[in-house]
Amino acid sequence: MTIETEHVSFGYGGQPAVSDVSLKLRAGMFYGILGPNGCGKTTLVDLLIRHRTPDAGSVSYEGKPLSTYSRKQIARKFALVPQQYSVNFPFTSRQVVMMGRYPHLGRFAFPGPADHRQVDEIMDQTGTREFENRFISELSGGERQRVIFARALVQDTPVLILDEATSNLDISHAISLFGLVFRQVTDKGKTVVAVMQDINLAALFCQYLILMKRGRVVHHGPCDQVLTENAIQSVFNVKSKVYEDSYAEARQVVFNRSSHVP
Amino acid sequence: MKRAGKSSGRPKDLQSGRRIFWQILILALVLAAMVVLSSGLGYLRISFSDVLRIVLGKLPGMHFLLDGVNSLFPVVVTDVRLPRILTAAAVGAGLALSGVVFQGILLNPLADPYTLGVSAGAALGASFALWLNIGIWGIWSVPFFAFIGSGLTLTAVIYLASSSAGLSSSNLILSGIIVSAILSAGVSFIKYMVDEQVSVIIFWLMGSFGSKTWADVWLTLGALAAGLGICGFFSRELNVMALGSRTAASLGVDTQKVRLILLITASLVSAVCVSVSGIIGFVGLLVPHICRTLTGPDNQRLIPVSILAGAILLLGADTLTRAVLPHEIPIGVLTALTGGPFFCYIYRKRQTGGVHDD
Repeated sequence: MTIETEHVSFGYGGQPAVSDVSLKLRAGMFYGILGPNGCGKTTLVDLLIRHRTPDAGSVSYEGKPLSTYSRKQIARKFALVPQQYSVNFPFTSRQVVMMGRYPHLGRFAFPGPADHRQVDEIMDQTGTREFENRFISELSGGERQRVIFARALVQDTPVLILDEATSNLDISHAISLFGLVFRQVTDKGKTVVAVMQDINLAALFCQYLILMKRGRVVHHGPCDQVLTENAIQSVFNVKSKVYEDSYAEARQVVFNRSSHVP
Repeated sequence: MKRAGKSSGRPKDLQSGRRIFWQILILALVLAAMVVLSSGLGYLRISFSDVLRIVLGKLPGMHFLLDGVNSLFPVVVTDVRLPRILTAAAVGAGLALSGVVFQGILLNPLADPYTLGVSAGAALGASFALWLNIGIWGIWSVPFFAFIGSGLTLTAVIYLASSSAGLSSSNLILSGIIVSAILSAGVSFIKYMVDEQVSVIIFWLMGSFGSKTWADVWLTLGALAAGLGICGFFSRELNVMALGSRTAASLGVDTQKVRLILLITASLVSAVCVSVSGIIGFVGLLVPHICRTLTGPDNQRLIPVSILAGAILLLGADTLTRAVLPHEIPIGVLTALTGGPFFCYIYRKRQTGGVHDD
């Protein structure tokens, strides 16, 4: 069991954002968190990486409470691709990606040849090498998101948290990046927890889905058990048709123009 | 510092490692040359070889170098000019250092050491001391009250800006503006209340390095050294914080702690500078800006280069008003008159520079 949450609750100024969430996440799995806007998905992943500490309940990693880890230890275990980011200074793309190596470096140590090789490799895989010397402030939203994604991959952690990490990307780059981390899950036993909006994309890659509504986990389980018409209606208030798609080799969901249930 | 000796790294990195070395070396040599050069300039011209002999003659066992030098010259150089020159250089360096740090913490390339009201607090403190003619600590009374003023202002600004989610940069900037506005009104009130002292207050507010002593030199150099040590220690964290606090936290940075430490350090360094020299604007804003075009935004390079450039700039400006211009203009006026238009230029360039803002 890699990450375990027990009756975790968290609120902002008395307003509960996450209520009584108990989950066991295993290593070597691709988890997807789905749910409507404002249902606490981002807060939940913040609790998993101790960016926030729960008001009640506990989070543990590899059997030890998260609070016993130092910040640097956590940074070596969890990498985050955030939903929002802005870089106000003209760092080059390569400098930003190299920042992912900081948790592995001593305070006054400069990156060594091995760090540079790792950055080269990841930038090639994410297609960001072509603009490695351009300023991140001059890139388009999608290009910048890929750089931020590469920065998290270079951190080389057993757990990767993707918080709507592909929201600005075209379908080709989204599939390519998810495919990249999917192979790391199956080949290297990494754990991925991805907050997603696109249900069909989630169904393609996630082996396990967590559906949230109003701060609570309402359904969770293997993708082909959780993804049902009833579950989607109860979480998102929309009617849909769920079917096994032979081309996708996964469950897929389609909607129609009057799917919304008032 | 950079692994310049290894051959296995990327050539581009080795180049930039060498480049930063040369940048620092050249700036340091320029600064040393300017100190010697400006020591000879002034009402009494002293040749540069005499300046060197006077300085080196201070070293133990080297007293023979002073033979044949006009006996007035060592007094002029070591007791009058050098304290002023070194204070100007140290204040320039301190303002540039705190400029780099404020811009980094506030995630705003247009922030400066005074954004958070440090100067307004110092101005009120100094005006207060001058108004009531407080002289209990002799010449140290005005700097002391100026320092207390900026310290209290900083505390108030941090208190106003802090929320349950910590210190956000926009909250800090807004609080700084609000508090500065109130304090400026306080300074105006004091100016209105005093009669014959008003010119003294105005003169202090415009900044000056006149009649600085070795005590001023050691005070500013001490503050600069402490500030440089702390900011240098956290310079990598400052880089990561440019990616936003959530990303910085996921890279193992305690953003709240680092932001508070750097905020207090940079504010105290600028408060010491202001209390010694009066209010000298635009150095802390412009120097980091110009240097960023040389070194890029990496604070591990930006901080040393900015410190040297700030020292050079303010020493140059002070020498200009002291020894070159027919009448001495207050240094704060000179830096504002030249720095202001330059600021407008940078700001306009930023508006039209095609930078994605979000």
